[in-house]
Parts: sequence; C-alpha cells; structure tokens
Amino acid sequence: MSFVTRGFRGRRRDEELGARLPPGQYLVNDFPVLSAGPTPRTPLSQWSLSITGEVDQPKRWSWEEFRALPTETVTRDIHCVTKWSKLDTVWEGVSVDTLLAGVETAAGYVTAFSDGGYTTNLPLEDVTGGKAWVAFAYDSQPLEPEHGGPARLLVPHLYFWKSAKWVRGLRLMAADAPGFWETYGYHMYGDPWREQRYSGD
Amino acid sequence: MVLAVPDWPGHLAGQHVDVRLTAEDGYQAQRSYSIASPPDDNERLVLTVERLDDGEVSPYLVDELRPGDRLEFRGPIGGYFVWDASMGGPLFLVAGGSGICPLMAMIRHRAASANTVPTRLLYSSRSLADVIYRDELDRQVAMDGGLHVVHTLTRAQPEGWNGHSRRIDAEMLEEVGWAPAERPLAFVCGPTPLVEAVARTLVDLGHEARRVKTERFGPTGG
Repeated sequence: MSFVTRGFRGRRRDEELGARLPPGQYLVNDFPVLSAGPTPRTPLSQWSLSITGEVDQPKRWSWEEFRALPTETVTRDIHCVTKWSKLDTVWEGVSVDTLLAGVETAAGYVTAFSDGGYTTNLPLEDVTGGKAWVAFAYDSQPLEPEHGGPARLLVPHLYFWKSAKWVRGLRLMAADAPGFWETYGYHMYGDPWREQRYSGD
Repeated sequence: MVLAVPDWPGHLAGQHVDVRLTAEDGYQAQRSYSIASPPDDNERLVLTVERLDDGEVSPYLVDELRPGDRLEFRGPIGGYFVWDASMGGPLFLVAGGSGICPLMAMIRHRAASANTVPTRLLYSSRSLADVIYRDELDRQVAMDGGLHVVHTLTRAQPEGWNGHSRRIDAEMLEEVGWAPAERPLAFVCGPTPLVEAVARTLVDLGHEARRVKTERFGPTGG
C-alpha cells in the first residue's frame, strides 16, 4: 500500500474477528437500515412470490402457500457496501433451491424484484446450491418492514444490497442486466471479499 | 473539511465520497461522507464531518487532519438521492441532524445556478446550537423568496422560541410541505427513525412513493 495517511493509527481488532471482516468493513452490533425510498407495506392478503422470465412454467405462491414450504434456519455474517458488517445473524427462510425445484430453465442470471420497484441482479449459480433464501424471520421474530419484511432475499456471501428487501419474485434471465443500484454505478456482482463495491472494482 | 481536488470529475448535489485512511502498517478504515459543496464549485470539495466520540475515522478527520495533509478518497458515489436543476420541483427537503449535509448541497446548487424552483426545508435539530449551517440558511432565506426554511427544536429551545419544538409529525409535514397535488420532489435525510416516520407519513398523506427519496445519516447510516 503506497498511500499512508499521516498520523492515522486506527482501531485494531483481534485477529479472529478481523479474519471474518472483508476489506474496508467495520463491525456493528445494531442493525442499520438503508433504503432509497419509503418502506412498502403490502398486506399479506395481497402478497405473492413469483418465479417468472425464462421458465417453461412460471410459479407463484400466496403468503400461506409460501409459508407452507419447508424452511431452514441459517446463521451468517452479512456485509453492507456502506462498510458495516454484522456477524452471526440468524435468519429463517425458504431456500431458493426449494423455490426453483422442478423449474426448467436455460437462464444464467436472475433479477430479484420487490415492492416499491427495487431490483437487483445476480448470477443464477449464486442463488442456488444452498447459497440464498427468501427470509421471513430475523432473530426468531417476523422480519420487520424496515428490514425488508414480510420477506427479503438473503444472499449473505454478496454485499447486502443484493439481498433485496420486500422481495416479490425472481425473474430468470438469459443475460445479466443491471438492477437498481447497479445502474447507479454499484458493482454487477458485489463480492465483499474482493471488495467489489463499484463498477470497475 | 475543505479539500482541493484538481482533477475532480464533478458531482451531483446529494452524492457522497468514500474516505479511506491507511496506517503505516497498511491497516485501513473507510467511511462515507456526504458532499456539502455544490457541483458549481468544482475546484474544492466540502465535506461536513460529525465527530463521533466512539468513532474510528471521524475523530481523526476532526482532531488530527491538518491543512496540507493528503487524503485518499473515492467518488462521487450514489446517483439516486440527487437533485439537479433539470429535475424541477417544487422541492421538499426534510432533514434530521447532520442529515442536512446532502440537502445543503442541493440548496447551494439551487442558489449557485440561480434556480428558482420553490423549495421548502423542514429541519429537525436537538437545540439551536445543533443547527448546522444556521447563518448560511438565514442569509439565503433573506435573499431568496423562493426558499422557505422551518426549524423544529426537539430537546431544548431558547427563551422566546416561537418555532416548532416537537418531532416532525403529520401535522408539521402538511403545514410546512407541499400538497400532494403539487407533486413535490421530496428528499428526506437523517437518522433511521426520522426517515422511516417522515417517508411513511408523506405516503400516507398522498404523496407518490417514487417521488420520496430517502438517505440515512449518522453513525450507523453509512
């Protein structure tokens, strides 16, 4: 590293903790909220989750149908592009593998879409194979609206803007297409360990 | 904090930069700071930094950084919570505490470009001493009939204060803001509880959700 900031020492963390923090991240104990607009409030009676796009048969679940699917509880570290990381967060949700079971597709990408118009793009292989969930509970409580409730995508190995709040479906895509933040210069993939915050990283 | 940036590519009012500090052994810390200067002033960049006692980066910037030091940063970043003259108005700006910073860039840009978009700012602070840019706002209002500024002081009010002295609520938003029929463009920036409450109330009052843009500010807001 060639650039040194005169007089800066910084706060050292213990090595075990440091090893769990991607470059440029710092630890928080609370759960910060970030969103670009008002929190959508869709009644559960009007909520549904869909698999659309490049599929032979689109799929759709009402809230009751979605909640009848098998669930998993996972504990993961999460990393926000605004530099905070939170360790050992506990979520309950439905694996995206479960949602995509039996879906025939040649797609290589998905766009997650949400109430309020938010979208984000991911490679299909990053939401399959036990890597992503549609989460409806955090810390054993129903997911609060400001954190994306009733349900949000959870893709903890990528920066957290990829874990779309208020998710309403996945659109399977033949080609990658930028979502909301990606059109404003954020990275198309967003791997925190390679510090892919902005396009060109 | 005023930075001379000779090759700055320009920015939009509301964008931020990522400041990166590097210690001699390579240890790094990064934080985001809103740009408070308008895009019209391209040679120098002004960042307003709130010093957090338990912070890692802000105490360095406030206490240690001296004129002449070099600083590594990246930007401009963010393209959604921005306003420029072509987006029109009327503008309704709602700030809580240091959430005023990106909104101040918008007010300065509006003034620097002699833009006449009618603009109302509702600004919540704990006390009069906590109001950032108070003199500049007073001066701007005195010169500009199209800019209207209303303060609310939530914790302590000076003697004789006849302004608002409570948290921003629906009644205040209706009184200070624009009617939904005017289709204002709303920018809300501050701590999460304020932003959540204001954005939700604006939608409940009949404003289009897509014309209400939000940004979190403060120790945990980025």
